[in-house]
Amino acid sequence: MLEKPRLLTGLDILSALMVLIAAGLVFFYAPVEQLMGQVQKVFYFHVATAWVGMLGFMVAGVAGVLYLRTEQEKWDIAGLGAVEISLVFFMVAIMMGSIWARPIWNTWWTWDPRLTTAAIVELIYAAYLLLRSGLDDPGKRARFSAIYAIFGFFSVPLTFISIRLLRTIHPVVIGSAEAASQGGFNMDAPMKTAFFFSLAAFSVFFVNLLWHRIRLGKLQTEVIQLRIQSYEKES
Amino acid sequence: MITVKKLVKRFGPIAVLRELDFEVNSGEFVALLGPNGAGKTTLLRILSSLMRPTSGFVQVASYRLPSQGASLRAKLGVVSHQPLLYGDLTAAENLQFFGKLYSIGPNRIPEILDLVGLLPRRDDLVRTFSRGMQQRLAIGRAILHDPTILLLDEPHTGLDQAAGEILDRILKDVALEGRTVVMTSHDLVRSAELASRLVLLSKGKIARSTSTINLAPTDLVDFYKSGLEGGQS
Amino acid sequence: MKAFLKSVGAIIWKDIKTEWRTRENLSAMLVFSLLVILIFNFALELDLRARESLAGGVLWATFIFAGTIGLNRSMAVEKDRGCLDGLLLAPVDRSAIFIGKTVGNLFFMLVVEAIVLPTFSFLYGISVFQPGFLGVVLLGSIGYSAVGTLLATMVVQTRTRDILLPILLFPLTLPVVIAAVKASQGFIQSVPFAEISIWVNILITYDLIFFTVAIMVFDYILEE
Repeated sequence: MLEKPRLLTGLDILSALMVLIAAGLVFFYAPVEQLMGQVQKVFYFHVATAWVGMLGFMVAGVAGVLYLRTEQEKWDIAGLGAVEISLVFFMVAIMMGSIWARPIWNTWWTWDPRLTTAAIVELIYAAYLLLRSGLDDPGKRARFSAIYAIFGFFSVPLTFISIRLLRTIHPVVIGSAEAASQGGFNMDAPMKTAFFFSLAAFSVFFVNLLWHRIRLGKLQTEVIQLRIQSYEKES
Repeated sequence: MITVKKLVKRFGPIAVLRELDFEVNSGEFVALLGPNGAGKTTLLRILSSLMRPTSGFVQVASYRLPSQGASLRAKLGVVSHQPLLYGDLTAAENLQFFGKLYSIGPNRIPEILDLVGLLPRRDDLVRTFSRGMQQRLAIGRAILHDPTILLLDEPHTGLDQAAGEILDRILKDVALEGRTVVMTSHDLVRSAELASRLVLLSKGKIARSTSTINLAPTDLVDFYKSGLEGGQS
Repeated sequence: MKAFLKSVGAIIWKDIKTEWRTRENLSAMLVFSLLVILIFNFALELDLRARESLAGGVLWATFIFAGTIGLNRSMAVEKDRGCLDGLLLAPVDRSAIFIGKTVGNLFFMLVVEAIVLPTFSFLYGISVFQPGFLGVVLLGSIGYSAVGTLLATMVVQTRTRDILLPILLFPLTLPVVIAAVKASQGFIQSVPFAEISIWVNILITYDLIFFTVAIMVFDYILEE
């Protein structure tokens, strides 16, 4: 029976704390932006969640390669977990993007490269999960998922570049006066602190979630094995 | 010719073969019997290099599996219960295609077709063949490259009496040429006629093994029943 | 090496021969393509000017959809009669199977395109017979066929089969779609090559990367 490692409990506390502090920094420490008002605060979480989405995406690709090489079940669970977490975080990022976009540009959705690519990644995840659900043999399921994750890993950057070459409205967030006219803004020191701390907090949160998810997967496997063993003892 | 030690095959958490030990000597014709789910097809697929073992030692014709699978395949002929043939090609074209994959020229084709009694149908599409004829062509395909080992997975499935007898005759001819044969089957009597040794597989392990020489029908039934109920021999 | 090429050739020859006997797959792909173009015709109600600017998009949408039909059937044939096992039992490198099947699928896709393109030209009075345009069609089809063949080999072993292929394939082939459409349009509207070259480069990059990755992972799809 897998006992919950104490390190994990420690990580739980750490990530909860960090996220709380990040929220505090965002809402109370960072100043309210001149032009956009309170809505701009969404930005911190929007970028942080999108960042976690990307982390998950990369972890899934790497886990795929590692699974093919080692055939250890934990890499399969890690890949699946990364996809699941990334799916949710990208969804949150997209929604926050809409919340921000509406008052600023008067539209819910823009076909800009980053947003569109995020939507495409969500579709790839959906395809990934559908693929898994159509396979009963655990070995095949793990192998095929790994391969699809690897393909996604290569395809998405190319897709992003292609779309980028097509068009762009996404704000150039950090920097110039031009940025302001595009709907961007300059970041002063307290903003930067809040921003980078949010990124860090959410990264820790991601690792925390992934660890829990891997544990869950291992426990599930153990349950199945115990069940089979008990059936055999009966017969 | 075939040596298997402590073979384990697991699909996820389910173990189909559990530390199985199995040996076949050169020139033997072994019939592998057992109930459904015992692991016969799995064992055969592993021996044919189509499936990789989870763990254990497997050696066929001096080739270690799975690492030397590619080298083994040139010496291996397999007949499955599916025909493994292309319906939209003729009998001759099917053999031609597989011949190319095994680097065999087209010269052997008429000879093989004659051996399995399909020479008059050489230019007919396999789609039009009865099941029995397809199985015969499948055997032709399996021996095209003159393999030293023949693996047959329930080849009599779906054949009527007459077709089964024709198949048996071909198998006896083919086996006589000094090949080592392993055949899985549900048919006790037929297996006793064709094979030199019967092996019973139960719950992922070998339960019983016996020679077929001077084996009476009643012994046959005992062999099967006791093997399933009892432990290993 | 020689045996390898011989096997690849044998597989391609076999695919072409079996398909030629019935032409089921080809007819299905062809009819479907023409229907899709018909639907686009009414759905978009293009006037003369608009037609030219959308030609690339309409054509590629058609090829992508028709392509999935061909891919599905090509692998289904192998799986249904257990023929895939027959191929796997042969003493040939697994990648020979991949290359053979991909080239076969590519061939059928090109045949369909060779019929659809003149038809489109005829219906809309837009000339598509320039080397640049045809080159783009070839490059795009190569990438699409390679990834499609690999995914089809996976999909044919699942429970959900046919429906799953487009779902898996389309998101991964977006770079092909985007680049091919932009490049095709560029050639049709006689845009200077310097502006089109970036899209052609993306197509070439995609083809190289995915063909390589596909060969590297193909073994894993076939093992048990």
